[in-house]
Amino acid sequence: MEEKSVTNVEENRIIASNLCYCYPEAQKNAVDDVSMRVKKGEFLAILGHNGSGKSTLAKLFNALYVPGSGTVWVCGMDTKDDDLVFDIRQHAGMVFQNPDNQIVATVVEEDVAFGLENNGVPPKEIRVRIDEALEAVGMTKYAKKAPHMLSGGQKQRVAIAGVLAMKPDVIILDESTAMLDPSGRREVMNTVHRLNEEEGISVVIITHYMSEAATADYMIVMDDGKIALSGTPREVFTKVDKVRALGLDVPPMTDLAHSLRQDGVDVRADVLTVDEMVEEVCRLSSNI
Amino acid sequence: MSIVIEHLNYVYMQGGPYETKALDDVSLTIHDGEFVGLIGHTGSGKSTLVQHLNGLILPTSGQITVDGMDLADKNTDKRAIRRRVGLVFQYPENQLFEETVAKDIAFGPKNLGLDEEEIDRRVRTAMRRVALDYDKLSQRSVFELSGGQMRRVAIAGVLAMEPQTLVLDEPCAGLDPKGREEILGLISDLHRESGATIVMVSHSMDDVAALAERVIVMNHGKVAMDGAPREVFSRGEELRAIGLDVPQAVELAQKLREKGFDVPEGIYKIEEVRAAVEAIVGKGGRHA
Repeated sequence: MEEKSVTNVEENRIIASNLCYCYPEAQKNAVDDVSMRVKKGEFLAILGHNGSGKSTLAKLFNALYVPGSGTVWVCGMDTKDDDLVFDIRQHAGMVFQNPDNQIVATVVEEDVAFGLENNGVPPKEIRVRIDEALEAVGMTKYAKKAPHMLSGGQKQRVAIAGVLAMKPDVIILDESTAMLDPSGRREVMNTVHRLNEEEGISVVIITHYMSEAATADYMIVMDDGKIALSGTPREVFTKVDKVRALGLDVPPMTDLAHSLRQDGVDVRADVLTVDEMVEEVCRLSSNI
Repeated sequence: MSIVIEHLNYVYMQGGPYETKALDDVSLTIHDGEFVGLIGHTGSGKSTLVQHLNGLILPTSGQITVDGMDLADKNTDKRAIRRRVGLVFQYPENQLFEETVAKDIAFGPKNLGLDEEEIDRRVRTAMRRVALDYDKLSQRSVFELSGGQMRRVAIAGVLAMEPQTLVLDEPCAGLDPKGREEILGLISDLHRESGATIVMVSHSMDDVAALAERVIVMNHGKVAMDGAPREVFSRGEELRAIGLDVPQAVELAQKLREKGFDVPEGIYKIEEVRAAVEAIVGKGGRHA
């Protein structure tokens, strides 16, 4: 089993196999027998109501938590191996929810350098990586600024730059847009999509926003520590009643399509966006 | 009761290098029993404005009166103001501190010097209004509750002051869809059943469209728009220009109009756009 999974390193950035995790003194598993993978270059969204286990899962992905049973491999490295923790975090970087408590330095570029310095990267190389990372998130002109003068979206982009400077294979965003306004959310989502498309970095987003999940290649819905639904956003959101029963929403246009169908209008069930709905209305009206 | 704001200006760090004009000549009247949605991107001045509504911060210049009482007047009893205008901050659950749910909710009424019986009545009423079971939860530690429950306890603490006006700064931030729906439902009930005046700051245009009777848009410290949702949301281009979204129903209606379909102006609710779509596709789009 282990042999087989580890040989797929090139294909799969993260593999979870029969993964279980129980918090100390908790009655039952927060993550309960989850098997899944994050493929190379994939953009994966993990959803679920509060307490469904999705954030716990994310923390198992970069060795913040160690599995109770089962295994997580990050780029072929078993997270149970203490000696590999730093390597694992270099390969799978994490961005957290609150922009105000993950920035440690008083100058933006020093914050980006923090992880590199701790890993003993030579100063010349640090300079290059900081410049590249800040450019990749569009924050070059803020390099010398104090982080507390930045907006929430800008702070999260600095946090992403800090992760990016480590040249990770996977970036995990644990509700990193939850505390941002719509334009801050757009900034962060555009940034990670660009990194995914242009640099081939795999992205895992944990989110409550259905509109963000709808932009992923693949999504997983957690419930009670288990994977309750998975598939492309189109496949998952089409199951409107099931998604609702899991305490989640569907995108407004999918919801509209669902109610139109209930009224007997022959609209496609898997509409996700406004533009798709416009297309459907055009198609249906030309049938008259 | 009404809140009258006249030529309100507020400057942060006046005279310092980071002097910022947060509010710029704002004049508004919030009438009895209104449900106002207050929108604007981060830094638009909306949070500064709501903190003026119960005298938490005082105007740099201009005047604000609640029930005719001038908030800037030293002789005005601030406690009297705060009994009339209750403010629920962002992430209010961070301010819970008492040992039990009941004690936390009782904190405000206790400081009003009310007798035990009255305090108990208010705690029970407030818990009922936020749909928390008194028998099951009143003696629990607030820290054993879910995120959504903690937020409801925080709101109950403000309700226990029995304010005529409830001001909520992004009451749904960070909640999952089910938690959001619960909070929005209880705010809507409060408005409908007890006639409370509601001022709700929100980043979600869909939430504002669903609930508010009047929408105020802030931009650069000024009131950029003020009117019925139908009027405000019909100005989609202007809203986008100041970094805001429009509800998806508005976007769909607009795009259908561009395609030459006859969609009534001023549509902003999902049910309205659904009716418009059904009118367009008529029988042609229907199942036999």
